[in-house]
Amino acid sequence: MIEIKDLNKVFEGRGGSHHALRDVNLTIEDGDIFGIIGQSGAGKSTLVRCINLLERPTSGSIVIDGKDITDYQGRDLLDLRAGIGMIFQHFSLFQQRTVLQNVMFPLELRKEPKAKREARARELLEAVGMAGYEERYPSELSGGQQQRVAIARALANDPKIMLCDEATSALDTRTTVAILNLLKEINEKLGVTMVVITHSLAVAQKICNRVAVIDYGEVVEEGRTVEVFANPQSSVTRELIEHDTLSAVVDVKKEAE
Amino acid sequence: MEFLASFFDQYGMLLLDGTVDTLVMTVLSTLFAYVIGVPVGVLLVVTSPNGLRPHKALNTVLGWIVNIGRSIPFIILLVAIIPFTRLVVGTSLGVPGAIVPLVVTAAPFVARMVEQSLEEVDGGLVEAAQSFGASTWQIVSKVYLRESLPSLIRGVSITFVTLFGYSAMAGTVGAGGLGDIAIRYGYQRYQTDVMIAAVILCVVLVQVFQTAGDVLARKIDKRR
Repeated sequence: MIEIKDLNKVFEGRGGSHHALRDVNLTIEDGDIFGIIGQSGAGKSTLVRCINLLERPTSGSIVIDGKDITDYQGRDLLDLRAGIGMIFQHFSLFQQRTVLQNVMFPLELRKEPKAKREARARELLEAVGMAGYEERYPSELSGGQQQRVAIARALANDPKIMLCDEATSALDTRTTVAILNLLKEINEKLGVTMVVITHSLAVAQKICNRVAVIDYGEVVEEGRTVEVFANPQSSVTRELIEHDTLSAVVDVKKEAE
Repeated sequence: MEFLASFFDQYGMLLLDGTVDTLVMTVLSTLFAYVIGVPVGVLLVVTSPNGLRPHKALNTVLGWIVNIGRSIPFIILLVAIIPFTRLVVGTSLGVPGAIVPLVVTAAPFVARMVEQSLEEVDGGLVEAAQSFGASTWQIVSKVYLRESLPSLIRGVSITFVTLFGYSAMAGTVGAGGLGDIAIRYGYQRYQTDVMIAAVILCVVLVQVFQTAGDVLARKIDKRR
């Protein structure tokens, strides 16, 4: 379980301070696929980066499985991060490493014996449907294939939590569906808790059992996905729904042309 | 043909010695410049305001030292640091006497090039490595240096060619080399043929090393 309590994040810059997160309170249960939705710049990425402390909260706390991790430093911090997988919008695969070396990377950091990490990486590539691509380089793969490799890499340390930062935003519709299905399968088979950042309601509707809508750094709405979308309480959510329907209409029009 | 045969008879050994001296000076000074320049370049990146371990004071001081080193013309540096050169290699003359100033002038240059190569590494990759629990040292060695390797190798070629040119001035301290031959025979004794031969050798060597660096960099680069 991830408990986020009274979380605030303020960025101090030359042009003054920017309050990126304001008194955020959220509870993410084990096994959830928890969607964090909102417009770009709403603070979604900052919020998720506080969970593995890529961003340090200004105040408030993050409690994972009963342990307050907010002030973790040194070895504890690195071990915490190793236990949380993460995937990114632009995949962030190492360009000078093969697919196999990419998946072995997290294990290499933990100094696992070579034979063990190679066996584990091959097994993971098989699981994400990328067997046979071991010796290829990321530049030789399509976006969907790269994201599969990134998912395998994120799973290398057997994480209990996986953070997905706009993981399908750079992919076309068909590939998006395939990747979402893969994430759902991982959630069901391995029981990995997922925190999914997205600006797309369709993505949230497809895989998230719960969602939180954030706007200007504040959680404006939270609940079961079906309920939030069926009966939106905030204007921001209504706007997002409207926008999403609009883009669907535009898509249909485009296809008709 | 006869002209060539007698020319090489007379000057072959001279040119060979010159080539060897130039290569020894250039290769060794490039090597030592990297031994100093890589850690400094890495420190510049790591301690920068957006770096892994921001450290304003260290970053500023390193930046100053590097800039000062880069702003002194080589020919002046060569003479100005003679006491330091004597301290390090025991003499300010000959090939060893030239290598010290060459390293001193090249190390800051290398540091800046290494810094630039590392800055080109996609910040997303650094963040990804952090998200898997990589330590600062692991990010430097496994992400920064590894991902920028093709760019670093291109930097080595540039440094090599630059030092190759600078080594010509090392004749001033009696270090010899092709540049020295071209100046002494061509400029001071009006022996144009010797000068031309020395210059041709310089051109060929620079081409060979630059091409080798380019080919290697392209071969190991897995991006498209």
